[in-house]
Parts: sequence; C-alpha cells; structure tokens
Amino acid sequence: MSDMSLPAPVHRLATPFSNRRRQTLWAIGLSLSFLALIVVLGQRLDPAGLDTNLQARNQAPTWQHPFGTDWLGRDMLTRTLRGLTISLAVGVIASALSACIGLLIGLASATLGGWVDTVITWVIDMFLSLPHLVALILIAFVFGGGLTGVIASVALTHWTGLARLIRAEVLQLKTANYVQLSERLGRSRIWIARHHLLPHLIPQFVVGLLLLFPHAILHEAGITFIGIGLSPHQPAVGIILSESMRHLSTGYWWLAALPGLSLLVMVKSFDALGENLRALLDPKTSQE
Amino acid sequence: MLKAEGLSFRYTPNSGWVFQNITFELRPGEIVGLSGPSGCGKTTLGKVLAGYISPTKGRLSLDDRPLPRRGYCPVQLIFQHPELAINTRWRMSQVLEESFSPPLDLLRALGIENGWLKRWPHELSGGELQRFAVARALAPGTRYLIADEITTMLDAITQAQIWQVILEQARRRNLGVLVISHEAPLLERVCGRVIELKQ
Repeated sequence: MSDMSLPAPVHRLATPFSNRRRQTLWAIGLSLSFLALIVVLGQRLDPAGLDTNLQARNQAPTWQHPFGTDWLGRDMLTRTLRGLTISLAVGVIASALSACIGLLIGLASATLGGWVDTVITWVIDMFLSLPHLVALILIAFVFGGGLTGVIASVALTHWTGLARLIRAEVLQLKTANYVQLSERLGRSRIWIARHHLLPHLIPQFVVGLLLLFPHAILHEAGITFIGIGLSPHQPAVGIILSESMRHLSTGYWWLAALPGLSLLVMVKSFDALGENLRALLDPKTSQE
Repeated sequence: MLKAEGLSFRYTPNSGWVFQNITFELRPGEIVGLSGPSGCGKTTLGKVLAGYISPTKGRLSLDDRPLPRRGYCPVQLIFQHPELAINTRWRMSQVLEESFSPPLDLLRALGIENGWLKRWPHELSGGELQRFAVARALAPGTRYLIADEITTMLDAITQAQIWQVILEQARRRNLGVLVISHEAPLLERVCGRVIELKQ
C-alpha cells in the first residue's frame, strides 16, 4: 500500500520567485533600480575622477579604481558612469521623440488611408531598406553632429517599426467585430477610440518606446565611436570605447571590456524592462 | 416591421453577387428561420439587415423608414463567434455595460454567474461568452434580433438554455427574431416559418 501511494504534495513556500507574476515584477524592479543606480552614481561620484592624474596612469582594476585608470590617469569607473548617464539621457530623448513620430504617422496612415497611407508605407519601406547606420550618419551630418545630431538622427530613423505596428493594429481594430458592434450599440467614434482602441494602443506604444531605448543607446555609442557624434571631451560611452581601441593591443583590456560590459548590462536591463512590462500589460499573460 | 425588398450585395463592382434579390418581412413577435448551404451569403445578409454594411441594391426599411445610422440600432446582430465580438482587453462587466445593465433575472436565466463578471474574456469558454453576447443584445432598445448561427458550436444543454431565454424574451417584449442556421431540427423547433436561401 505504502509503495503505491502518491508522493505527498510539496507545499512550496511563497518565495519571491514562486510565480511568473512575481518574477516579472522582480525583473521590472531590478531593471529600474539598476538604471536608477547608474543615474544617481553618475551624478554623485566625485568629479575629481575625471581629472588627469599622471601618477596613476594605466592602472589595472584595483579596489581604489574598480574599472582601472586610462593613460591620463582618469578613473574609468567615474568616466563610464558619466558616459552611461549621457547615453541614457540621449536614449530617453531620442526614443521618446521617435516613438511619438511613430505613433502619429502610424495613426495617420491607418485612419486617413488612401494616398496618405500609400505614401507613408512607401517611406517606411524606403527607410527599412536603407542600412540603419548609413541613414544615421547622413542625418547626423546634416544636423552638424554633436548632441543634436545624435538625437535627431536616432529619432528620425527609429520610428518606422512602431509606425508599422500601430498602423497594423488600428487597421485590424477598425474591422474587428466588437468595434463595429459598438457603433451599432450607439457609441460615438470618439467613445470607441477612447474605450476600444486606446487599451490596445497604449501597451504597444509603451513597450515599443522601451524597446527603442537599446537601439537608441547602441546607435548613439556607434556614431560617437565613428567620430561624428558627441564631442571628445564628453565621457560618452562611444568616446571611451573608441579611445580604448588604440590601447587594446598593448594589453590594457580594462579600458574597453568593463565600460563595454556596463553598456551591455544597461541595454539588457532596458530590454528586460520592455519585455516584462509587455507580459504584465496583456491580460492574457498578466495573471500567469 | 423589418422589410427587405430586393436586397442584393457584392463587395466590389467586379466581384460576383454574394446574394441577390432577397425579399421578406419580419414582423414583431415573429420568429423566422433562414437556412441555406454554407457560403450562400447568410452571414453577409445578417450584417446587411443589422446595418453593418449597406446593400448594393434593394431597400431595407424598419417601419417604412431606413435604419438609423446613429444611436442604438433597434436591429441587433449576435455573431457566430463571441470571442471575436468581445474586446479582449475588457472585463466582462464592461462588455455588458457597453450596451446596458442587464437585470439580475436575465443574467440568471442565461446562467451567467456573478464571478464571471470580473473575469477577462480569455478566461471564459465560447459558450460562456455567447451568453454574454446574448445578454448584451437584449437591451431595452432592441426590437429585432438577428441570430447568426449563435449556438452552432455549443453543446445541447447550453443551446437549449440560450434559446429558451431568447424565445421567452421575444414573446414577452414582442421581438422579431431571424434565426440564421443550417440546422433543420433547430429551425423546426423554434421558428414559425423558414426562408430558404439558394446559392
């Protein structure tokens, strides 16, 4: 009898990771606090670390300089955090602009239809068929480089994906049975837009916005690396990485590896934020 | 009286007719069946009758006037697939209130439990969703119901329960009901007369 009985049910304790919803909330919390940490540390760290100190040149990571120092004796941790803060600000502004452009153009395309839709779809296709970096360089060049150039070029090249998404969503909603039925129930167009369309579009917009950050930050670092982005005296991540290239072969690995890794972690935490928020906003997955 | 005179419909001037020259009348309190093979245009006719699309030719009138284009339409259509006719990002209570606040006895008669009102549509089965779709279509402004294969995919018990409520409401409120179905036994059971739609 005893060997036939079922194993006793295991009562799992409600640990922070015991269900999907908690995991999601934790992931969102962790990503947010990591990003907040970068911003706070970037502001609070002693700016003396940015000054040259020729007595402490080319030091490998130690407790005093966790990210080491460069050939001018500047503390790499301070520079990296400052750089990430700049990248973060550029990323926030550029992707917010980009997402707003995408939303407006997507809405115009889907609601106005006709030749407006044809022209917009054509422009989107053209942007998507052009290599991103080429468009980025050209636009940054037109705006004269610098901070404005970086923001403008990232904002003007990244709206296409979201515009397409919003357009498709609105087109699908317009023909949905429940939207047409709502009209037959005597609801006005504004009421339908507010109650039927918005709940579908807001999550798309928020998640689209968050998933744009990684692109914006990486492309900002990319064009700064090439040399037409931010000016060299700003410790942007792209500048740090391009300067370190010259010293990599001489064995100063920490100049590129640690700032690069920090950039990667920051980008991944934005990605995690977007993905988890999407799961949370959709009623189908929000209660798993 | 809901009156169709020579209704014809096609999607574009170049495509074939979905249906042609349909003429019939639906009087208040009358329950009429509409049957025909798959693909003969029953659903499209239902959409035309409820004002979702306008006929290419012919005239549709409600008490000798065209259907109102704004406001609550007295002719309500119940769709075959309730999961497509309910916004997936709404809770079920919101779905009902978009139309009206149904009295408790109507919800009871349809077998809708209180707990369901707080749920999301994907947490209910097709049969449970269809009960909500029926309740929603029975607002006070409704005078004619177009039921487009509404119980085709439901089990016998749910089917019986839903039809009992519709027939009872039709008798009490003098509603005209058009039952679109290709199930002959159902039409025979609930309808006074049946119209055949030919291909």
